Amino acid sequence: MHGLAFDIAHFLAGGMVVASFLLLYQDRLSALINVFALHSLVLVLAVGWQAHIQNAHHLYVTAGIALIFKAIIIPTALHRIVRRLGIHRTLEVVSGVGRDMLAGTGLVALAILVMLPVTAKADALAREDLAFALAVVLLGLLLMVIRHNAVSLVIGFMSLENGLVLAAAGARGMPLAVEISIAFSVLIALIVIGVFLFRIRERFDSVDMQAMDTFREGRRR
Amino acid sequence: MALIVGYLVQGCQMLLILLLAPLLTGWVRTLKARLLRRRGPSVLQPYRDLFKLLRKEVVLADSASWLFRVAPYLIFAALWVAAALVPTFAGGLLFSWTADLIAIVALLGTARFFLALAGLDVGTSFGGIGSSREMMIASLAEPAMLMMVFTLSLLAGTTELSSVARFMLTADVGLRVSLALALLALVMVAIAENARIPVDNPATHLELTMVHEAMVLEYSGRHLALIELSASLKLLLYLSLLGCIFAPWGMATAGAGPAAYLGGAVIYVAKLAFGGVLLALFETSIAKMRVFRVDQFLGAALMLGLLGALLLFVSRSL
Amino acid sequence: MSLPLLLGLPMLLLAVGAYAIAAARRPDGGRQVYGIALFVCIVLLALALGHLLAGRAPTTLTLPLGLPWLGAHFRLDALAAFFLIVVNLGGAVASLFALGYGQHERAPERVLPFFPAFLAGMNLVLLADDAFTFLVAWEFMSLSSWALVMAHHQDPANARAGYLYLVMACFGTLALLLAFGLLAGPDGGYDFATIRAGTTSPGFAALVLMLALLGAGSKAGLVPLHVWLPLAHPAAPSHVSALMSGVMTKVAIYGFIRIVFDLLGEPVVWWWGGVVLALGGITAMLGVLYALMQHDLKRLLAYHTVENIGIIFIGLGLALAFQANQMYASAALALTAALFHVLNHSLFKSLLFLGTGAVLTATGERDMEKLGGLIHPMPWTALAFLIGAAAISALPPLNGFVSEWLTFQAILISPELPQWLLKFLVPAVGALLALSAALAAACFVKAFGITFLGRPRSPAAATARETDRYSLTAMFVLAGLCLLAGILPGLVVDGLAPVVGLLNGSARLIPQHHQPWLTLVPVVDVKSTYNGLLVMLFMALSGFGAAWLIHRLASDKVRHSPAWDCGFPEANPAFQYTAGSFAQPIRRVFGSIVFQARERVTMPPPGDSRPARFKVELHDPVWERGYAPIADAVVALSSRFNYLQYLTIRRYLSLVFGALVVLLLGMVLWR
Repeated sequence: MHGLAFDIAHFLAGGMVVASFLLLYQDRLSALINVFALHSLVLVLAVGWQAHIQNAHHLYVTAGIALIFKAIIIPTALHRIVRRLGIHRTLEVVSGVGRDMLAGTGLVALAILVMLPVTAKADALAREDLAFALAVVLLGLLLMVIRHNAVSLVIGFMSLENGLVLAAAGARGMPLAVEISIAFSVLIALIVIGVFLFRIRERFDSVDMQAMDTFREGRRR
Repeated sequence: MALIVGYLVQGCQMLLILLLAPLLTGWVRTLKARLLRRRGPSVLQPYRDLFKLLRKEVVLADSASWLFRVAPYLIFAALWVAAALVPTFAGGLLFSWTADLIAIVALLGTARFFLALAGLDVGTSFGGIGSSREMMIASLAEPAMLMMVFTLSLLAGTTELSSVARFMLTADVGLRVSLALALLALVMVAIAENARIPVDNPATHLELTMVHEAMVLEYSGRHLALIELSASLKLLLYLSLLGCIFAPWGMATAGAGPAAYLGGAVIYVAKLAFGGVLLALFETSIAKMRVFRVDQFLGAALMLGLLGALLLFVSRSL
Repeated sequence: MSLPLLLGLPMLLLAVGAYAIAAARRPDGGRQVYGIALFVCIVLLALALGHLLAGRAPTTLTLPLGLPWLGAHFRLDALAAFFLIVVNLGGAVASLFALGYGQHERAPERVLPFFPAFLAGMNLVLLADDAFTFLVAWEFMSLSSWALVMAHHQDPANARAGYLYLVMACFGTLALLLAFGLLAGPDGGYDFATIRAGTTSPGFAALVLMLALLGAGSKAGLVPLHVWLPLAHPAAPSHVSALMSGVMTKVAIYGFIRIVFDLLGEPVVWWWGGVVLALGGITAMLGVLYALMQHDLKRLLAYHTVENIGIIFIGLGLALAFQANQMYASAALALTAALFHVLNHSLFKSLLFLGTGAVLTATGERDMEKLGGLIHPMPWTALAFLIGAAAISALPPLNGFVSEWLTFQAILISPELPQWLLKFLVPAVGALLALSAALAAACFVKAFGITFLGRPRSPAAATARETDRYSLTAMFVLAGLCLLAGILPGLVVDGLAPVVGLLNGSARLIPQHHQPWLTLVPVVDVKSTYNGLLVMLFMALSGFGAAWLIHRLASDKVRHSPAWDCGFPEANPAFQYTAGSFAQPIRRVFGSIVFQARERVTMPPPGDSRPARFKVELHDPVWERGYAPIADAVVALSSRFNYLQYLTIRRYLSLVFGALVVLLLGMVLWR
């Protein structure tokens, strides 16, 4: 299995981890959305390659859905939201990118440490995909934890979901119906979040989550 | 006889890089000027500058010590030796086993150490600012580079550059995300170490934004010529390194005939020219960053290098 | 039979110590004491060197001293011989240095008697072959060095350092005592031969490892047990600081190696290596970061010792991990790297402390912010210090690079380790090692650049004089050895081979001295090679060649003028970069995470004549999170028990009576 097929799968799955790191590194909102589009694009390629080598045609559909929704529609929508909110030039105040990336590297190591011994019997490709997918999920969670901006939170959530799709594709594919329903639920989630974003902005003049925290503290007092 | 040829080829390589280094700097400068729609100086301008500086007298600050006068020669020697140990047109030269990649990184460290000391020697504030920032940059760039060395050595099983280059030509390499990460890390380190935009500006005239130029502010005459030549050598070294690791095609093998060496040299020059084009394009399309963004930039390089090594540890053991 | 002689010489040192009590007041007393110490150390050095190079078999000797049923066992094997070389080389050079430096001592009667005793204690630790002798010698070493730390006890900071040192030393010895107790087992076989022959159950073995880490680690300065070290080492006179930092920490490492690699013997579990490796990595990184934040030259060097101890422990941890997986060839490389670094560090750290001593006598200052420009009045000291600084920053072609290179090579062959945790730990530790190496260079650019370069920042620095001949000779001996070990590393590696073989089931590195050009080839099939000699030759050729050509063909004219500084030269030396400002970028990048470094600027409004103030806040995480709570708890507990001091006599009697009854009850119930 150590042929070119494995190498390319490894490369693409690893590429998703790297794209997650790019998300962690990027602190400019519109660039963050672009990196997310890249993240989704790598996912499309990874899933497409899995479809090719597993000879599983329904995975092509998965890849297609990911391409249309995640690589095109959602980034475009987010761009529009950000522009209408007037925060597309905003720099997020990120304290210590180095520390975040260090934490991210630790998470990747953790993901591999957890996954590889557990899946000792599966074939190499699935093992590695699962490990990388878990890493992408963890990195998405990390992004959601460390960022204040609501839009970054959304992107963290979406990248996490990309990781789930990668896991599903690597492990023998998931049923198409599930995939489509997930895709739609994500889209609906986006719409709901978008609406909320505008509502939040109306109330607080900001989409910075810290503003909401201070509001809560004010209420508690 | 073979030994004499070996010495000869090794000598040729040392001379070649010494002669090519200013040309590369001039090439990048000219390209950048053209990209900005200026005519720019001739490609040969760095040679003229060097000769002019060499003939001028040295204006030495009163508070300078012997270290200030010795440092340029030391820096030049360390960089020349380091650059000469990177395979250029041919691998497996006579003395290629003298130092491996780790030792080359450390030799760069030697040069940097003395350059930073020279910056502090006269006792001016600009020299200090340059030295202090240079060491901050190096404290992240050097480990990032070493992580890249880890990745390579895990793949190739050695840190000796000729063997690495030979390994990279075989089919065992495959397509690996770790290599891509290593390449990215090396490029980021190369940009930082050579004081290029976005980390530092080689053509700056604003004192407070300078790092490398601030350190060498007090140098003049032949000392400055040596420092400038060393800087060119360093740029050449990094491009050669990138070429030898990530594009080792066309390199002559040890003991090949003169024709093979000549072919290797032509391809090597072409690689350098291409690298120069990429560098000029990159530099003109990006803005310089604040000094305290540099640590994030290089921290990212370090993390990418570490990630590459980690991923490789994993895929090796599958 | 060199062992009786080897034993006799430390005894002679003890006698010299006793003599020094009387001689200290005499003007030439110092000369005599240091002269004899120098002579004894050289003889010991020669004997140990002879033993190691001739590859003699271990010799033993039992004297009817100490515990009546045990006697005092002594043994000279390759490991002891190697460390004897390290100790006595350091001792000889420190004595030579002190021949000049000791003249400036304010209180010779507080230094002279203890200096030979300290040397004797360290030698006896290395020769001891039973637990009792070992511990007695160890305590002797600790107490005599404590007395030296307290030589200038009038300074309250020194008194505090001495107190902390005493507490940590007692704690360390306690841990070692327990470790030996576990090793000896219930039958009480306290001589090392019995311990070596016996086996320890895995649980107890792990406990012994932990206790050895606590005991030897606290002496060596392993994080988080390092807190006393940067206070105590600088407090002593400089030649003693050199001995403590350069040599005594090595004796501690000897203790660790003796217990874990020799006495514990075979059944090594893989996670031991992991623990030691992780501790080593953290120690290396934190040590150099602490060092970068210091402005006191001696304290900077002491913190830097912590870093180097970390590097040595990285090598030892790798060796343990390899041994646990029966990869003895790789373990040999890791052990060689660690031992090589032991030697190297003893060379350059002693050199740097001696250099600091020379600066201290010339200026009376340890604070770098008040030094500067010393290269002009003290060019030779500056040159020696520069060589030491370059060596410790792991710059080729000096010796520090070789041991770090070997450590890196050992890390690079580690992916063969089967355990997952180690697979991740090793590259992470490799990154830490790389970071600490790069930071060490920054640290020593600061140490040398601020102290010796630039312009003098105080009148004391401006009026300094070059130091005396003895001190210079001592420093240049060490500097020469740094260079030699750097360009001829193959010979050192061959010298270390018997030691490695002893600790590693007789697996060792291939002989290096018949490689062409004395190239260092640690593992044949890995093909990574390094040749310090050729690097040195090439650098010398190209440097001198360039200088000669340029002076001959182009120009050799020099014009002196004021500094340019972009057209705004400032005559006031306070405008130079200081140690604090040099470290500022690194403090901002690393210190804000590790030390929660914060900078506060109070800028009065325009028109207000108060000066603007700039304040840096640093927090020591180890002290504040680790030691301060323990100290608080101890204080709280003891103040709780304080009332016991004010009881009536009847209460005391009833306490004694109660304790007796409880003990008797305990005995009844235990049955």
